[in-house]
Amino acid sequence: MILSDMRRFFGFVRKEFIHIFRDKRTLLILFGMPVAQILIFGYVITNEIKEARVAVYDQSKDGVTREITEKITSSGYFKLAKRINHSGQIEEIFQKGEIKEIIVFEPNFAEKIKNERPARVQILLDATDANMANLLQSYTAGIINDYSSKIRVGRTNMPVIKAKPRMLFNNELESVYMFVPGTMALILMLVTAMMTSISITREKEMGTMEVLLVSPLISRQIIAGKVMPYVSLAFLNGVVILALGYLVFGMPVHGNIILLLGETLLYIVMALSLGIFISTVSPTQQVAMFISMFALMLPTMLLSGFIFPIENMPWPLQWLSTIIPAKYFIILIKNIMIKGTGLLFVWKETGILLLMTLLFLGLSIKNFKQRLE
Amino acid sequence: MKTILFILQKEFIQIFRNRTMLPMIIVLPFVQLLILVNAATFDMKNIDVYVVDQDLSSTSRQLVGKFEASPFYNLVAQSFQVEDGQKHILRDEADLIIRIPPHFEHDLRIENQSSVQLLINAINGNTAGLINAYSSRIISEFNQHIRVEWAPQQQHKSARPVEIVYAYWYNPEMNYKIYMVPGILVILVTIISLFLTAMNIVREKELGTIEQINVTPIRKYQFIIGKLVPFLLIALFELAFGLLLGRWIFNVPVVGNLALLFGFTVVYLLVILGFGLFLSVISESQQQVMFVTFFFMLVFILMSGIFTPTESMPDWANRVNIINPIAYLMRVIRMILLKGSGFLDILVDFVSLCIYALLSLGLAVWRYRKTA
Repeated sequence: MILSDMRRFFGFVRKEFIHIFRDKRTLLILFGMPVAQILIFGYVITNEIKEARVAVYDQSKDGVTREITEKITSSGYFKLAKRINHSGQIEEIFQKGEIKEIIVFEPNFAEKIKNERPARVQILLDATDANMANLLQSYTAGIINDYSSKIRVGRTNMPVIKAKPRMLFNNELESVYMFVPGTMALILMLVTAMMTSISITREKEMGTMEVLLVSPLISRQIIAGKVMPYVSLAFLNGVVILALGYLVFGMPVHGNIILLLGETLLYIVMALSLGIFISTVSPTQQVAMFISMFALMLPTMLLSGFIFPIENMPWPLQWLSTIIPAKYFIILIKNIMIKGTGLLFVWKETGILLLMTLLFLGLSIKNFKQRLE
Repeated sequence: MKTILFILQKEFIQIFRNRTMLPMIIVLPFVQLLILVNAATFDMKNIDVYVVDQDLSSTSRQLVGKFEASPFYNLVAQSFQVEDGQKHILRDEADLIIRIPPHFEHDLRIENQSSVQLLINAINGNTAGLINAYSSRIISEFNQHIRVEWAPQQQHKSARPVEIVYAYWYNPEMNYKIYMVPGILVILVTIISLFLTAMNIVREKELGTIEQINVTPIRKYQFIIGKLVPFLLIALFELAFGLLLGRWIFNVPVVGNLALLFGFTVVYLLVILGFGLFLSVISESQQQVMFVTFFFMLVFILMSGIFTPTESMPDWANRVNIINPIAYLMRVIRMILLKGSGFLDILVDFVSLCIYALLSLGLAVWRYRKTA
């Protein structure tokens, strides 16, 4: 390329950068988003039970029921929010919404136990959130059964197997392996693809695209110049997320950092080509944004294995998840970060991302040429 | 009054003139609804188990057999070393290590007591609790089974002094989808109303047509009503359509009063539309408004309790949720649809949202100036 060509190109790139930096608000959001997301996923998104509000309907009011209630409320998982006096209140309480579990002791509780007859406890659960209900039931049953077996030991010769659960790797420090890759996949995809598609569509809508096309710049240079700033910004963003993971959560990277950054770059370029493709099919910015939002954000969040494990989804959705690029990126990143493997182990996913990039670029070029004709 | 009707007419014509927007507003969201509800589940269908059986007795083998026989569990490997199991967990090849200690059977026969350790992969904290619940249940059933086998003559005495009976209210089949459908509906309705409103006004700014409107005698309030009402109606339509789909396809129950739900949604939409308006007033370009809106939306959605309950969130998060409108609707829509909660139950939320709507719209209207 002649020197003037290069100068022209870099002039164009410089213009794009200036455009972006002029928009301070967007920049702020751009870099604020990963921070917010990491914080939310690190500290907020969890199913843990702590101080779950329960109500007790004690029809016995004797030493035993008091002891069981005491055990439940002092476990740290539950908090006694209300005592009920008659069964009509049960439905009311559930409908109010704050209390998800009601424990009902039948009358003459202690007496029944003394006479070695079964004493019944009813656990009523608000199962609208089936998961929570499951968890609440499991914890409550655990506490009550624990109490039960203490009474039982020595009384009959019934064998008792105790299940002792222990959670591994569950403080934020370790679950960080879970959401840092996911956050990277989501944010890099959205930022790059969305911004690129909107930016190009904007030029189209404003009519300045036509101006660019009649300039001495060739279309290749236009596209390249447009995406250059976004690549650098997204890459910077990726680095920021990794740094945050390290600084805030102490997450180390076991594998090759160069490989990690390389794969990140590949993913960004892929998202970019996707963004370009979207811009070729969108007549207005609104459409581009909608496509990015609906076709990218929700599927990436839900089908990439980020929040909900893919193995638990119905078959058709598991197939669908194979076309979500984020899925491969997450696998890649996790492999490199946790197992510390090299290119040999992740060549499959890398290859898939490369293929996708080429596919989108190819489609975009085809669409672009058609439009020009 | 007539002016407003004319403006509304113009807005609707503009919206429907946009051929690509229409399918975008109608088809895409609902395709999402149908697909994604099926994806969003914490149900564990496939738990990868690593067994460490340090006893190798017939009883321990029986216990392992129970896990093997369950369709939800998948035995990946077995050894004597827990450390190896932990490596499997780190490599994402196992979700759970079951450790049966040495002398398991012996202790059970002689001392009537033994224990089984469940080491659960809590990297994805959301599924750990469930793995615990399912596994403990299997062990408990096995315990019962042993009792019947070993000491049948003692059956007349209560197996357990305290018997537990469970009742699952509102959702006896423990169907997670009926919980997710309202959640995703809220997201759809919010995205549509928030984005369309914000982008719409900024677009006029960018194209310059807003100046043209500003020089007409149309008053500020007429203009704003004209801008907000169409999207309010469209969003309500989306809600209705989504509820229908939810009912037909996922059997989402409608226990409570729909009129109450729609009334609450109207107030909610006023808050959201006010947001949209405000953001569009302070933004200079569509790109900018889109990004700012997107950022707030993402944060608010994640914190609203759609995937994970707000009760599990730390206190500071719950305080932030006071200004998160999505959290309000998320709560209320589930309460009304699935439990049949009434007006008194949602009174506090309703009043809070009313105040919020006044603030939001007020702020937006105050900021909007007809002159540059």
